[in-house]
Order: sequence, then C-alpha cells, then structure tokens
Amino acid sequence: MTAEIVLQIFRFGFLLLLWLFIFAAFRVVRADLFGGRAGRVASVPPRAAAPAKKKARGAPKTLVVTAGPLTGTKITLGDQPILIGRADDSTLVLTDDFASSRHARLTNRSGQWYVEDLGSTNGTYLDQQRVQGPLLVAPGQPIRIGQTALELRS
Amino acid sequence: MTAGPTTDPRAAAPGTATPPKRRNTELALLGFAVVITLVAQAIVDLTVTGSLTAELATFGLWFTALWAVAHLVVRRWAPYADPLLLPSVALLVGLGLSFIHRLDLAAQQAGSSVSREDAPIQLVWATLGMVLFVGVLLVLRDHRLLSRFAYTLALVGLVLLAIPAVLPSSLSEVNGAKIWIRVAGFSIQPGEFAKICLTVFFAAYLVDKRDVLALASRRVMGLELPRGRDLGPVLVAWMLSILVLVFERDLGSSLLLFGIFVVMLYVATERASWLLIGLGLFAAGALVAYQIFGHVQQRVDSWLDPFAYYDGSGFQVAQALFGLGTGGLFGAGLGGGRPDQVPVAKSDFIAAAVGEELGLFGLVAVIIVYLVLVERGLRTSLICRDAFGKLLAAGLAFAIAWQVFVVLGGVTGLLPLTGLTTPFLAYGGSSLVANFVLVALLVRISDAARRPAAPTGPPKPALGDAPTEVVQT
Repeated sequence: MTAEIVLQIFRFGFLLLLWLFIFAAFRVVRADLFGGRAGRVASVPPRAAAPAKKKARGAPKTLVVTAGPLTGTKITLGDQPILIGRADDSTLVLTDDFASSRHARLTNRSGQWYVEDLGSTNGTYLDQQRVQGPLLVAPGQPIRIGQTALELRS
Repeated sequence: MTAGPTTDPRAAAPGTATPPKRRNTELALLGFAVVITLVAQAIVDLTVTGSLTAELATFGLWFTALWAVAHLVVRRWAPYADPLLLPSVALLVGLGLSFIHRLDLAAQQAGSSVSREDAPIQLVWATLGMVLFVGVLLVLRDHRLLSRFAYTLALVGLVLLAIPAVLPSSLSEVNGAKIWIRVAGFSIQPGEFAKICLTVFFAAYLVDKRDVLALASRRVMGLELPRGRDLGPVLVAWMLSILVLVFERDLGSSLLLFGIFVVMLYVATERASWLLIGLGLFAAGALVAYQIFGHVQQRVDSWLDPFAYYDGSGFQVAQALFGLGTGGLFGAGLGGGRPDQVPVAKSDFIAAAVGEELGLFGLVAVIIVYLVLVERGLRTSLICRDAFGKLLAAGLAFAIAWQVFVVLGGVTGLLPLTGLTTPFLAYGGSSLVANFVLVALLVRISDAARRPAAPTGPPKPALGDAPTEVVQT
C-alpha cells in the first residue's frame, strides 16, 4: 500500500536502528568494564598527569577479595570506613565460620588506610602479623580473615 | 532519532570522588528504546493499513510515561543501579507490543471472528508490571531482607506451582498444558511467580548450606563427587520438576525449575560435578517420562520431524520454520510478512514472528538485547558484596537466559516444544508482570552492589538471625 522503496527503507532502517541500540549498549558495557580511568588520564595534559598519577598510586582505590568464597569481589573505597564481618549490615558480608559478626574495620585517615581488629575470635592478619592495634595497610599487602584474603589496590 | 547512542556514556561520570551513577546514560538509552518502539509501531501501521492511526499517539504517550516513571523511581530510590537493565527491558517490551499490535492488525485484515485487540491489554499488563516494579523498589530497600523470608517464599512458590496440578482441567488446562489458573476470564500462569519465589529460596538456602555441599566430597576420575547424603537437595528439586512434568504436562516449567536449581548449586559450590549430576538426573527422568507418557512422546515426535506431523502436532513448529525461512537474513520488513500463519503467534511463537519480519539480523539483535540483560545480571552478581545477593542475581539472570534458550530452542526446532513464554516479548500477563518483578530485584541488587562503600545505616539491633558465634575466650 506504500511505495516499494519506502518499504525497503523501513525494512533496513529499522534493522539499523536496532543494531545502533546494541552498539550504544555495548559502549556502556565497555565504559563500565574499563572505567572512566582511560578517559580521565587522556584528558589530563601529560605534564600534569605525572604527579597526579603518583598520587593515585599511593592512594588505594579499591578493596579486592583475593581468596575465599567472595573471591573477585571489589569494593570502591571512599571516605567511609569499611566494616567486615558476618553481620548483615557489614560493608563486606562474610559467610565464614571463622569470622565474627563484627570482625575488622578499615578506616581512611587522610588517604591512608588502617586495619583494625574489632575483638574478633579468630583474629585478623596483615601479612603474617596478627592485628592488635590499628595498622597501616600498604596496597598489595594481604589481610586475612578466616578463609578470606583481601588486599588494597590503587 | 539517533540522539541516544551519540551521548557519551562517560558524560554521566561526575568526578573522581564518587563513582558514577550513570542515570543519564540510562535515560538516553531508555529514550532510544522508546523511539525504536514508536518507529516500529509507525512502520507497522503504515505498511499494513497505509496510514498512521490516532491510537499511535495514545500508545506513545502511555508507553513513554511508563518508562519515565520507571526512570524517575530508579533515579530516586536506586540511584546506583545498573544503567542497562531498564533500557533492555524497555526495548523488549516495546518490540513485543509492536509485534502483538501487528498480529492484531493481521487478524483484523483476515476478518477473523475474534477481533479482540491484544496489544492494549498487554499494555495494561505492562502498566501493572510497572506498578509492581515500583512497589518492589519502594518496599524492598535492601535485598538481604528477602533471605529472612526464604522459607515463606519457598512455601508460596510450591503452592503456586501446585495449584494448577490440583485444579480440575477445565480451570487449568490450555492446549494440553495444565499450568494455568483460569478464573472469570483471566488466565494466570502461577509458575512464572513460583520461579521468582523459588529462586530467592534457593539463593538463601544455598548460602546457608554451600559449605557442606562444597567441601565434603570424594575425588573420582578428576571430578569432585559429593557424598551420597548430600544428594538430598538436588534429588528433591529433581522430584519436584518431575512432578511438574507429570501432573502439569509441561516440559518448560519443569526444565526451568530444575535448571535454575542445578546452576545455582554449581554457582554456590563451584563444583562442576553438580552440573553433570543434574544433567544425568534430568536425562534419566526425561527418558522414563518419554516411555510412560503419551503427551511427552507426542512432543518429542513432532520435534524430531515436525513435517511428518504437519497435519497434527507438528503444524505449529512447521509453520514457524516456514516463517523463519521466509524471513531469511533481513526479514520481510515490519508488516510485510504473514506471521499470523503460525498458530498462537502472539504468545508462544512471537519469536517466529520476529524472525519472519525482521529476519536473522533482527532476531539476533533481539537475542543480543537479552544477552545484554543477562550479562548485566551476572555482572551484578560478580560485584555484589554479600553472598546472598551474589547468588540471587546469578539465579535471576540465569532464569532469563535459560527461559529464552528453552523457548527459542522450541520455536527453532532445537528442543521439544514447551509451554514457556519469551520473557518481556510475548503476549501474556503473568509472564510480563512476573518478569518486571524479577528485573526490580536485579535493579535493587545492582544498586546495592555498585553503591560505594558506606556505613549502611545505623546498625540493626536485631541480630537474632545471625549464626551463633564461638564464645570468646
């Protein structure tokens, strides 16, 4: 009922539209996977980038679970302290028979992170050392709680 | 028209301090999905009737309002939710509505006696689904609350699942499958809701028990086999799905249920042996069912060679295959094919209609939209911080993937035909509403997972449900 050429435009135009949507969705997926980081570094002039990068290396950005049932879990670090334990309202909820309900806490003091044991039964270990008072955590240093191991990454 | 994709996804990222919420990305993609839907409707109207109808404007306003509400609710009450979940669903629902509308027009043109229009009804169902979506997001502020009602939900799920089996056939049977409740002109498929309830229960149950199920095992030929007594849960799930197969005569619900349980078991324990055990159990059950029950034999026969049973049970699949063949690579164009040649094209065989009018490229695009939805669900599961949320997100995402696979497998002749509906796309109120609830749960979990670490409110006084601790010495 409509001209043949218009029908053909509809036919292929609509398919194009569908695939454009998928293209747009994939761009979002990609941005999500690789983060805004690439874009941010590129937008900063090279000279200014050097000190900024150095600072970024010092300040950890994520907490990563490297062993245990939650392996692969990442937590983006902000200014707020991170509570680890079996209690429902912990930031990282462990299901580990060797963890207490409020096991340990990570706190940010001017860009540096300290780990603190909250009186747990089986203890928190930084490297091989049992955590007694607040200890400074360097990026890459493993924190062990029961079967779970965590580390800070910048 | 192409304003959506050109929006820079990074534009939504505010600064370095707070992680991006990406609500503007979601808005742009939602707009794009709505535009695609409206274009589809306009093309259908133009091609089939030669002119645009006034209903298009009403539909457009209603449909746009629906997703605007969804977006605002998510912006307010789940600000960190994944930006792709809602747009994918919007596109699928919109495409489904367009195809149902297209089949309505075909029925009118054929002058069939049943001139009831299904598209407006489906839009009402979508609105009801959206009400529930909003309701779930408002009421359920923390998905971990769900795990407290796990056993209640399990009971609700089982009752929902059992109702059609118990009801007399006149109230529960449509085309041989006893999976309905038909009261006063409404038909509800309770299995769709049971799916969600049971997935929540499986997640809560497996978080509790996975240590036992994962650790106690023997190694046989490179596979970690569980102990005999740990087979209990999987056997119960298997019995349940077999009962569904026998009493409701529906392979789809049976496969769906058992598949979700086995995969969640695998995700919870990281033991591949559970997959093999599940596969073996189902194969055994299906084989026995094939030997005993006539309706299973019929389904399998018409699957193996639909054209041999063209005059009977194979007619539907054969017509669908003809439709897909006619569609070819690029399809006949919206409104250009004859998808009404397939019986019940609106609900069970909407994928055949998509394949005929949009071709392989269109059908693959639709499947990729499902893929995006499922990927976002699994991604949510990966970054979620609590085990229950992880398992629930994985289970829900897998439920969508598995259902799409089973339905499309049935339509394309890969699997025997089942009574499941294509999520979001197909005509059917219960399926649509239930899947809106499912997406609401995913949105809720993804909001919690992507939210930056912060104290989650004041510590709850009631820790009564927390497991007991070793007394400190």
